[in-house]
Amino acid sequence: MPIPRTVERAVVRLGAVALTGVLLAACGSGSGGGSSDSAGGDVTLTVDLFGSFGYQESGLYAEYERLHPGTKIKQTDTEDEQDYWKSLQTRLAGGGGLADVQGVEVGRIASVTQQQAAKFVDLNQYGAGALKEEFAPAKWSAATTKDGKVLGLGTDVGPEAMCYRSDLLQAAGLPTDRTELAARWATWDGYLELGRQYKAKAPAGSAWLDSVGSLNGIMVGQEKERYYDASGALIYENSPAVKAAWEASVKAAGEGLSAKLDQWSPPWNQAFSSGSFATLPCPAWMLGYIKGQAGDAGKGKWDVAKLPGGAGNWGGSYLAVPAAAAHKKEAYELIKWLTAPEQQTKVFRGQGNFPSATKSIGEIADAKDPYFSDAPIGKIFGEAAEQAPVQVLGLHDKDIADQINNALSEVERKGTAPETAWSNAKKAVKNALG
Amino acid sequence: MPSAEPLALTAPKAPEAPKAPKAPLSPYAFLAPFFTLFAAFGIFPLLYTAYVSLYRAELQTPGELEWRGLGNYTALFTDPFFWTALRNTFTIGVLSTVPQLLMALGLAHLLNYRLRARTFFRTALLLPYATSVAAASLIFAQLFGHDFGLVNRLLDLVGIRPVDWQNGTAASQIAVSSIVVWRWTGYNALIYLAGMQTIPAELYEAAEVDGASRWRQFLHVTVPGLRPTIVFTSVVSTIGATQLFGEPLLFEGSVSGGISHQYQTLGLYMYEQGWGFLHLGRAAAIAWVMFLLIVVVVGANAWAGRRRSLKEAGR
Repeated sequence: MPIPRTVERAVVRLGAVALTGVLLAACGSGSGGGSSDSAGGDVTLTVDLFGSFGYQESGLYAEYERLHPGTKIKQTDTEDEQDYWKSLQTRLAGGGGLADVQGVEVGRIASVTQQQAAKFVDLNQYGAGALKEEFAPAKWSAATTKDGKVLGLGTDVGPEAMCYRSDLLQAAGLPTDRTELAARWATWDGYLELGRQYKAKAPAGSAWLDSVGSLNGIMVGQEKERYYDASGALIYENSPAVKAAWEASVKAAGEGLSAKLDQWSPPWNQAFSSGSFATLPCPAWMLGYIKGQAGDAGKGKWDVAKLPGGAGNWGGSYLAVPAAAAHKKEAYELIKWLTAPEQQTKVFRGQGNFPSATKSIGEIADAKDPYFSDAPIGKIFGEAAEQAPVQVLGLHDKDIADQINNALSEVERKGTAPETAWSNAKKAVKNALG
Repeated sequence: MPSAEPLALTAPKAPEAPKAPKAPLSPYAFLAPFFTLFAAFGIFPLLYTAYVSLYRAELQTPGELEWRGLGNYTALFTDPFFWTALRNTFTIGVLSTVPQLLMALGLAHLLNYRLRARTFFRTALLLPYATSVAAASLIFAQLFGHDFGLVNRLLDLVGIRPVDWQNGTAASQIAVSSIVVWRWTGYNALIYLAGMQTIPAELYEAAEVDGASRWRQFLHVTVPGLRPTIVFTSVVSTIGATQLFGEPLLFEGSVSGGISHQYQTLGLYMYEQGWGFLHLGRAAAIAWVMFLLIVVVVGANAWAGRRRSLKEAGR
């Protein structure tokens, strides 16, 4: 069918217009998003976090919005830190889709200060330097680059303890008093021995601990040097801390003391209420997580005791402002407020996340938590925080820990020989570090 | 003298009559959107990926590229995880593609008969394909759960001990394949059905007059008539199997494809390198290896199909 010339020309023009549109759209996509303050002075601050920081739960956002009319806070949250970090890295590389405030786990902070200093706001430019005295020195220095840039404000630290279900221990005929338990499991051997006794008389479908991964994590947290030494060299293969934690975990797995749950997985979450495990090695931030997963029904069933084998630290986080954030100044004001001693105290009282602000640590010494059978969590975690070693942080702490945990899962769930699993772990670490 | 511009604009048209036939422009205009998009989202990423694969490139420091030459590629040959992923991709590919296409062929043959509620069955066949891979994988992950999964409960009824569908090597690969089979069988069946309907009815009538059973009709009329369609579906399925990603990723939600990488496919391994460990250069190298692999496998597939056809034609 012959096409009239006019139609043909119209089509060509239309095609050209469509093409231009496509090209423009392709070019323009990078600069979109992140518009600055709207006319009325209203600001919506976005906060992107992982796990449970407890701000929403403790009502801090609502309070901040009340104190700063015209400010709205929107939080997004990823449960698994590994997933969170992955997507944060992708957005940092692309420079788009970043929230005004991003959480950073302590296992990643070295990577931020050493590799990505340019991608985060140096908080000194807003006067963060004046806050230095408010924080525990180790917490502050870990987020400071060699040339003095401050890239994040500390939220919490992760002093370690042991959380347990007193109802389950009672059912298995074990003591439920936290001082007596602390004495019985003064060492990790004592803890495993109690586990054997528990296993012998435990309620059906209930194991001594959730996963050997959490045992490994908590034990590694008790040492100063773990995966890297002070000079930054990779030492995890021969590190006594890593070795001791590995051996205890492998033993627990071999004797069937764990519920074989993958931490942060849906079955693990469900197990908090179903009673699949009796003890859970818990850094302070885990208390909020337990409350969230076990819910009201768990109240009074849980308790907290001193950790076997001495004090340690696992995790703790920072709040940082990406250089690509839309509202940097306002974001700084928000994180300054959120990490101020008063707010850290509130989060601790509500969620259990242990403060990194020194003033706040003093304030909460006598805190008790009714959810955890009135356990003196201020005292337990306070002492642990005081005695915990100042850890050497390395570039790939989290990656190494994740790969070792993966290998432990092989032993735990597939019955892989520990030697094979360890060589798998080494291969996997090599692969991950590249 | 009048200026040149208005003259050019208002110049009288050349007499129409003796004019060489001119190629019309409109087809190019119609094609342009595709080629522009293809250049922007197909060719450019392909070439850029090849470029990046020659460097040590990290997602954390995307600005600092460090020349490695073919280092990323040679590293793959000594990388046990790469070989595991390659082997898994192959076994899962066979486990999913072969039953999928055979079942699709059978279903299409059944649907080709005069049936009551034929449209209903045809639509129903396409439903799994319309389901999102995320939803399907989630449901299957629950079905294959160790303690409370439906599959293990059914096995228990017939006295078979619970299978560890997540951690067992063969078991997890079968479980992942079953998701693929479930999603794509109906889609392929409809393609076969369309192919079958181009086979002249007289052939069947003649076969029936000759006393051929339905099974013989299927073997000697349907299958030869469908040969081009079968080649097409096997090529498409092979590409799909080589790129398999969503199902194994969402089966347990782990980028490593299980704790021992027991069902990690090449697609998943590439993702783990790029977005788990943030090694973009290595991920790019894996992407190119996958691309070349697909070209080779599809080429072999097409060659085998053509050779077969030529042989038949020469007979």
